[in-house]
Amino acid sequence: MIIRTLIAATLIGAAGLAPALAADEPQVVRQDLMKKNGKDLGVLVKMVKGEAPFDAAQAQAALTEIHGVASEFGAYFPEGSETGFDTEAAPAIWSDRAGFDKAVAQFEADAKTAMDAAPADLDALKAVFGPLTKNCGACHETYRLKNS
Amino acid sequence: MSRLAIGLGVAAVAAAATAFVLTMPKPVQSARLETISGLEGDPVAGEAVFWAGGCASCHAAPGAEGDALKVLSGGVRLKSDFGTFIGPNISPDPEHGIGGWSVADFANAMLAGVSPDGGHYYPAFPYGSYARMSDKDIADLFAFLKTLPASATASLPHELGFPFNIRRTLGGWKLLFFSDQPRVALASDDPALVRGQYLVEGPGHCGECHTPRNALGGFKTDAWLAGAKNPEGEGVIPNLTPGGKSIGSWSAADIAYYLESGFTPDFDSVGGSMVDVQKNMAHLPGSDREAIAAYLKALPDRPDGWK
Ligand code: HEC
Ligand code: HEC
Ligand code: HEC
Repeated sequence: MIIRTLIAATLIGAAGLAPALAADEPQVVRQDLMKKNGKDLGVLVKMVKGEAPFDAAQAQAALTEIHGVASEFGAYFPEGSETGFDTEAAPAIWSDRAGFDKAVAQFEADAKTAMDAAPADLDALKAVFGPLTKNCGACHETYRLKNS
Repeated sequence: MSRLAIGLGVAAVAAAATAFVLTMPKPVQSARLETISGLEGDPVAGEAVFWAGGCASCHAAPGAEGDALKVLSGGVRLKSDFGTFIGPNISPDPEHGIGGWSVADFANAMLAGVSPDGGHYYPAFPYGSYARMSDKDIADLFAFLKTLPASATASLPHELGFPFNIRRTLGGWKLLFFSDQPRVALASDDPALVRGQYLVEGPGHCGECHTPRNALGGFKTDAWLAGAKNPEGEGVIPNLTPGGKSIGSWSAADIAYYLESGFTPDFDSVGGSMVDVQKNMAHLPGSDREAIAAYLKALPDRPDGWK
C-alpha cells in the first residue's frame, strides 16, 4: 500500500516536472510547429478579411514559414509519441500512416504552390489562400482529436 | 396465497399492457399534419434548412463533397454505444428512397420519429432535435428534397445487438427522453436569440454531439451543450457554454467567424466531426451564424460535461 502510494507519488511528480524539461519531445515540437502555423495563418486571414492592409512582404514571410512547417511537420510522429504532453494527435496517424503521409505531402505541395506564387496583391493572395487552408480542416478532421 | 398470485398476475398483465400502450408510436397530431400538408413548400428556402439540418452528413454517400452532398443515397456509418447505424437512402427514389412519401409521412418522421408503417425510428436520426422545427421549415425542406437526384442504392440494415435491435423498445426511450420543449430558458426574447435557440436546439441538432448522455442514451438535462466524450473513441467534444475552455474567451463575432470559416480566434482550424458541420454552417446566411453565436453566449455557464 505504502509502496504503491510512493510509486504513484513518483509518477505524478515525474509527470508534473516533465513539461519543463520536454522542449525536444516530438509531441512538443509538433505542437509548437502547428502553433507557428496558426500564427502565420492569422497574418494572412487578417488581410483576406480586410482587417489589415495587404502587405506583400508580410504575406510572403508567412507563406514561406507555413511551407517550412509543412516540410518539417511529418517527421515528429515517431512510434511511442502517441500520447503524452497533452497531445491532440489522433490514433489514426499511427493506424493509417499512409493516409497521414499523404495529407502531409498534399499540405507541403499546396504550401509550395502558394509560396512560389508570391502574391503581389490581395486578389492573388485570395487565390492561393483557399487551396492552402483546405488542408488544415481536411487533416484535422481525421488526424487531430481535441482533448478539451 | 393463490389470491396473491392472481393479484400479481393481474398486475403483471396490467403493467405489460400499460407498457405496450406507453411504448406505442405516437404520430404528429392530425390537425398539425393537415396544416403542414396545406402549405406550399418553397424549395429555395428549403435548401437553407437542409444545410442547417446537416442531412448530408448522414445521408450522402460516405466522403461525398460538393454536388455529391445532394445525392442522398445513404451509407454513412454512425458508431454508438448501442451498435452501428447506417444512414438510409432518403433520395426521391420511389423504391429505395422516400420518393413515395407524402409530406405528412415526412413530418411524422422528422417531428415524432415515426415511420410511414407506424414504427419507431432510432434516435441516431436526430428527430429528438428536429421535433422543434416549424411547420414551414418541414414543408420547405420536403419540397427541396424532392428536387434532388434519385439514387437506386439500397439502404443497408443497422448493425445492432439485442435488445437494441427491437424498435419497440424505443418507445421506452421516447417516453423518458423525447420532448419538443426548449432545452434552456433564456432571459430575453431578443429575436436574434430566439432564432439562435431555434437553429441550435432544432435543425442544427448541436446538442446531439455537444451534450453528455446518461447510461440510457438520454441527455443529461443539467449539462446542455457542456461538452461530452467523443462517442467514436478518444478525445472530447468541446464545451460550448461560457464555461468552455476555449469558447469562454471567444466573442460572438469569433464564434460566427468560426462557423463561417473554420478558424478559431487563435487560428487553429476546425477538426473531427465538426468539419462537416462547419461546412454546412458556411451555407447559411450570416445573420443565422450571428444568431447561433448570440445564443451560445447567452447559455448558462456549465463545467465540462465529460468530467
Ligand atoms: C446524425 C445522423 C443523421 C442526420 C444528421 C440526419 N439523419 Fe436522417 N436518419 C439517420 C438514421 C441513422 C436514420 C435511420 C433511423 C432508423 O432506421 O430508425 C435516419 C432516417 C431518416 C429518415 C427515414 C428514412 C426511411 O427510409 O424510413 C428520413 C426521412 C430522414 N432520416 C431524413 C433526414 C433529414 C431530412 C435530415 C436533415 C434535416 C436528416 N435525416 C438528418 C441519421 C441522420
Ligand atoms: C457530429 C457532431 C457535432 C455536431 C452535430 C456539432 N458539433 Fe460542434 N464540434 C464537434 C467537435 C468534434 C468539435 C471539436 C472540433 C475540433 O476538433 O477542432 C466541435 C467544436 C465546436 C466549436 C469550437 C469549440 C472549441 O472550443 O474549439 C463550436 C463553436 C461548435 N462546435 C459549435 C457547434 C454548433 C453551433 C453546432 C450546431 C449547429 C455544432 N457545433 C454541432 C462536433 C459536433
Ligand atoms: C497533415 C496534417 C495537418 C495539417 C495539414 C494541418 N494540421 Fe494543424 N494539427 C495537426 C495535428 C496532428 C495536430 C495535433 C498535434 C499534437 O497535439 O500533437 C494539430 C494541431 C494544430 C494546432 C494546435 C497546436 C497546439 O498544440 O496548440 C493549431 C493551431 C493548428 N494545428 C493549426 C493548423 C493550421 C492553421 C493549418 C493549415 C494552415 C493546419 N493546422 C494544418 C495536423 C495538421
